[in-house]
Amino acid sequence: MTVFVIRRFLQSIAVLCVTAVIVFIGIYAIGDPAEMLISPDASPAERAQVVASLGLDKPLWEQFFTFAWNALHGDLGRSFVFNRPSIALIFERLPATLELTLTGLVFALVLGIPLGLLSGLKPNSATDEVIMTGSILGFSLPSFWQGMMLIMIFSVWLGWLPSTGRGQMGEFLGIHSSLFTLDGLTHLILPAINLSLFKLSLVIRLTRTGVRETMPLDFVKFARAKGISERRIVFVHVFKNILIPLITVIGLELGSMLAFAVVTETIFAWPGIGKLLIDSIMRLDRPVVVAYLLVIVSLFIFINFVVDVLYSLVDPRVRLGGAQ
Amino acid sequence: MAPVLEVKNLSTHFMTRRGVLKAVDDVSFTVGEREIVGLVGESGSGKSITGFSILGLVDPPGRVVSGQILFNGEDLLTKSPAAMRAIRGKRIAMIFQDPMMTLNPVLSVATQMIETVQAHDRVSRAEARARARDALGLVGIPSPEERLDSYPHQFSGGMRQRVAIAIALLHRPDLIIADEPTTALDVTIQSQILFEIKRLAAEFGMALIWISHDLGVVAALADRIMVMYAGRIVEAGQVDGVLTEPRHPYTSGLLSAVPAAVPRGEPLRPIPGFAPSPLSRPSGCAFRDRCARATDICATEPMLEIAAGREFRCFHPHLWSAA
Repeated sequence: MTVFVIRRFLQSIAVLCVTAVIVFIGIYAIGDPAEMLISPDASPAERAQVVASLGLDKPLWEQFFTFAWNALHGDLGRSFVFNRPSIALIFERLPATLELTLTGLVFALVLGIPLGLLSGLKPNSATDEVIMTGSILGFSLPSFWQGMMLIMIFSVWLGWLPSTGRGQMGEFLGIHSSLFTLDGLTHLILPAINLSLFKLSLVIRLTRTGVRETMPLDFVKFARAKGISERRIVFVHVFKNILIPLITVIGLELGSMLAFAVVTETIFAWPGIGKLLIDSIMRLDRPVVVAYLLVIVSLFIFINFVVDVLYSLVDPRVRLGGAQ
Repeated sequence: MAPVLEVKNLSTHFMTRRGVLKAVDDVSFTVGEREIVGLVGESGSGKSITGFSILGLVDPPGRVVSGQILFNGEDLLTKSPAAMRAIRGKRIAMIFQDPMMTLNPVLSVATQMIETVQAHDRVSRAEARARARDALGLVGIPSPEERLDSYPHQFSGGMRQRVAIAIALLHRPDLIIADEPTTALDVTIQSQILFEIKRLAAEFGMALIWISHDLGVVAALADRIMVMYAGRIVEAGQVDGVLTEPRHPYTSGLLSAVPAAVPRGEPLRPIPGFAPSPLSRPSGCAFRDRCARATDICATEPMLEIAAGREFRCFHPHLWSAA
């Protein structure tokens, strides 16, 4: 286990270095932030001074090494637009996105697994047909359209739930979150549903397929021959086997939910990092984009690590660390 | 001696889209107390489905359509699902063919054994574990206490089959149905397992139905043998009699296709043709298309003849001078 953690840590550093290089070069290629930041009627002298102060007059490699050197000291640069440390901007916004994503994920799992089990245990029944048709809708309707429909139905027509913002935040154990006030919760419901509908369909289908594949296996029949109750067969024998593919996919999807909450955050004016990213790209605010991507990559790495640890807990054939 | 199991006119059919598949067709037999019965036949002859029918484990679209399965005098076919569950694993146990597939890969051996104990008896976890450990010791697994916490992938095929046998023995059932439990194992392991099962069956006074396509295995193990062909029992009797003086041409055909039974240097004589598709079995004797002795009368259903402790369904049985 220790060997595994150390090896994984070294790999992660390598991945972060490579990403930093790619992202830095990539963002360098898309445009000149000076054009966006400096007003057109500024004099050439003023212009040269701003460019120099941002370090934009230096060659790419020098800019990169300055960035890398600072990054090693924990400084990922200052936002051109806000003139604040970019990492601080991101961490300010991250909790809102995490809160949205985790709520969406919990929603997808809590609803998706039972529905998938129901479907898989009674294939081709009316219940199964309804659930499967529903999941096709979840898959195929574009997220932004679903979001607007949710707003139209629940905010405009019914007037039950607010359509924008994060609402009032409460504090619990030093964490500020919308989860702790009623007002915050009502603000959270619609965006969380919007973000989770696709994942919900995915969880339903994964669970259903898992059940359908596992039920005919010999060990299920053997468990029946032992006189084990049907309930235990489903919830212990079958479910533990389904968890393996489920954890894999959910791990990957959680990362993509965090990274691509952009659409939902834009529709519901949710002040998360997705919205920050879009704004920063528009303004060519390089330090924020680079820092954002590094944070997301780190999150991906962390999630994958958690997934690997969960694997070893669920599947005894997986032992972390490789050699016995 | 009262029979443990009495199967009467059992038919199990599969309602498939292409028609009714008669996997088991009017099968009757009995298994006495402590008796070891070999059920022999080629693939698709219905021998495994017979076993699953007894336990009530035939998967849809299959269904037991008629007959009686009397276990200690009670008809299992009239029992509720809950009552059947209480019998399965407790009084009738089953061992499956492929030990690589019968144990759940993500649950420890201890979990899989303890749940079997606790499914039927209200005992503490510690006591269930002790019983599991004893059962593992009984089937010859070294250091059972440590092995309990292992997972199936940490065992070899032979050891996994021993675990499956230990699970079947947990409740000292009256009857064990063994569905080709040695087929997937290599020959040396096979004979060890055979020996163990025979010893344990005798020790605990269990009756055994041994399903196999291997005549050699059945000859070494069973008291009585039943030969199945196309969903029916075509011949049944004491092992010695059936294997030395078969009456049904199918049985003699099987015997002359066994390498060990034919003198060295002589060619094996396989049975010509293939078993008929279970969806379109010919009327009358299902074996007649492959049989050298068949005549026109074989197009009608041969009745079960019983002579000198031997049962067979054939119009033209082999005659043996001593018989």
